[in-house]
Amino acid sequence: MMLQNDYVPFPSEIKDIIKHTDIEYTFRMSYTGEIKPGQFFEVSIPKYGESPISVSGIGKDFIDLTIRRVGKVTDEVFENYLGDTLLLRGPYGNGFDVNLYKNKELVVIAGGTGLSPVRGVIDYFSKHPKAVKNMKVICGFKTPDDILFLNDIECWKKTANVILTVDNADETSNYNVGLVTKYIPGLRLNDKNNTVAIVVGPPAMMKFSVQALLNIGIPEENIWISQERKMCCGLGKCGHCKIGDVYVCLDGPVFNYTKGKTLID
Amino acid sequence: MGYVAKNDILDLFIAQLTKQYLIFAPKRFKNGGIYSDTDCIRYGEVTSIDQIVFDEKSEYSFKETVLPVIQTLFFFTEGSTKEADITQKEIIVFLRSCDLHGMKRLDDMYLHNGPADYYYQQIRSKVKFVLIGCEHSFENCFCVSMGTNRCENYEMSIDKSGENYRINCKNKDWKKQLSDLNLAEEPVAPSYVTENLIQVSIPGNLEFTVAQSKIWDEYDSRCINCGRCNFVCPTCTCFSMQDMYYSDNGKVGERRRVWASCMVDGFTDVAGGGSYRKKNGQRMRFKVLHKVYDYKKRNGYHMCVGCGRCDDICPEYISFSNCINKLSEGMKEVSK
Ligand SMILES: Cc1cc2nc3c(=O)[nH]c(=O)nc-3n(C[C@H](O)[C@H](O)[C@H](O)COP(=O)(O)OP(=O)(O)OC[C@H]3O[C@@H](n4cnc5c(N)ncnc54)[C@H](O)[C@@H]3O)c2cc1C
Ligand code: SF4
Ligand code: SF4
Ligand code: FES
Repeated sequence: MMLQNDYVPFPSEIKDIIKHTDIEYTFRMSYTGEIKPGQFFEVSIPKYGESPISVSGIGKDFIDLTIRRVGKVTDEVFENYLGDTLLLRGPYGNGFDVNLYKNKELVVIAGGTGLSPVRGVIDYFSKHPKAVKNMKVICGFKTPDDILFLNDIECWKKTANVILTVDNADETSNYNVGLVTKYIPGLRLNDKNNTVAIVVGPPAMMKFSVQALLNIGIPEENIWISQERKMCCGLGKCGHCKIGDVYVCLDGPVFNYTKGKTLID
Repeated sequence: MGYVAKNDILDLFIAQLTKQYLIFAPKRFKNGGIYSDTDCIRYGEVTSIDQIVFDEKSEYSFKETVLPVIQTLFFFTEGSTKEADITQKEIIVFLRSCDLHGMKRLDDMYLHNGPADYYYQQIRSKVKFVLIGCEHSFENCFCVSMGTNRCENYEMSIDKSGENYRINCKNKDWKKQLSDLNLAEEPVAPSYVTENLIQVSIPGNLEFTVAQSKIWDEYDSRCINCGRCNFVCPTCTCFSMQDMYYSDNGKVGERRRVWASCMVDGFTDVAGGGSYRKKNGQRMRFKVLHKVYDYKKRNGYHMCVGCGRCDDICPEYISFSNCINKLSEGMKEVSK
């Protein structure tokens, strides 16, 4: 019997680095294999530990990992692994199933790094615009300096209705200012029962965005969220990600809101 | 069919087994208890029958024999990783019925919840179980309520009665070895308890809404989040990973996993100072509902096996069984 050791990471070459902000880079990693947007890898740095990071882009022989520098492991990624390799294990989690959104009106609402896990979904429907009735994207960042994937956002505008907004900006900038929730009541949708929405971002942003979607009449079973939780194994063993009867690493991180709303810590 | 033997004969049998197996059983560790001049009964390797404690409940469960407290996953050098070796010898574990039921929970977690765990799977395939019969219930046990007072899936059972050991053997090889020791055969069945002093009842209408009840608040102040209740539990399976490096050469080290506890600080900490379930009452709620509610939703049977060790060990005299019995009151409160 050949046993598989899921704990030992494999090396993956850093093919490219895209700098968005001082603390957020996208690492383009060599990778071939089945993968869905919304799934994640454990990025592993011996001596420092591991961090779960979502795939923010999927190509034929690469995946993108967009990493925000916040602590022990991510500092080490930024400081010592540029231009070399990273150790990864994964992919883990269920990810987004694009088939669920086909032939529907699709609304994607993303806050900050929350854009990473859904970038693959938006990319997919940008490349297959006929697969959805229409796509609307609302993405919000703290300030103009925090904006991620600006080039992608420009590209998406060709086929989707994209609203880019920042929480704060000085008068000289010509960005939309305001939280993502500000733009939800104004969404022009033909058939709300046939509209699906994806919401990803910080907990408070998700909470108020979902509320705003429900208020305009999107049924809760048409809403999808991605939950972040403390994770360690990614394999349904360590228990750190458990909420209620759910293991976020196995059953999520993507949840239908009807399930997501029952996950009380 | 079974056998009755005195300890000298059993020691011959055990001596034969030790050629093939490492044998783990509850052992007395003199002055190893948490209070001064108290002993600790926990699992350790044994080579003779007298080393095994039959008349007391072990403070810690058998769990550490299949799930070490600290387990090295792999070693790393600058450019490579090397898997940690796993013991080649087969293993025999002496345990009670509740604990053997606990084993099923560990299996479901480590083999079936997500992909099979590489390290667990290897140890698990080497383990055989010897059931220690229970003549009477110990303090805080509620196995009857949990339906774990009896079991069948053992290789051999052993009951100590006075000078004699009564053995029921299902394992063919061991049967032969016992017959070769000229032991007379006679009918033997392991004893088991049919009632406990403590009974619990899990309300049939239990829902997650009980989380909103006030019953949890009392634990905010009483529980000191020491996590002992998790560490003694035969069914708690959580761990954290740690990287260690050897100080004389900063380039090499190892990644380990270490038992973790949902009751202690840090279990849910995320970057930027976030953490979930900050209050001890919320942690108690999480643990209790896992043991007697949501695990069952996922696996079809309750997680807790009623061994009562969490009640035995708690320095604050917090009773888990008592808490289970408050759940119906909690449901009434939130259903109002
Ligand atoms: C499913 C999932 C997807 C994620 N995707 C991304 C992404 O695409 N880009 C990105 O920048 N970040 C992402 N995160 C958050 C990222 O994992 C944390 O920022 C990172 O683990 C912080 O690690 P650190 O050692 O640098 O920080 P520290 O603060 O030093 O971390 C301390 C400890 O907490 C753990 N930890 C901290 N935050 C988290 C967290 N949010 N989730 C799980 N464990 C955590 C770490 O593993 C470490 O053990 C994701 C988290 C999850 C759960
Ligand atoms: S043993 Fe008692 S005090 Fe310690 S964490 Fe458990 S319930 Fe709290
Ligand atoms: S929760 Fe308590 S009584 Fe139940 S199995 Fe664990 S230690 Fe034993
Ligand atoms: S991350 Fe370990 S169980 Fe989910």
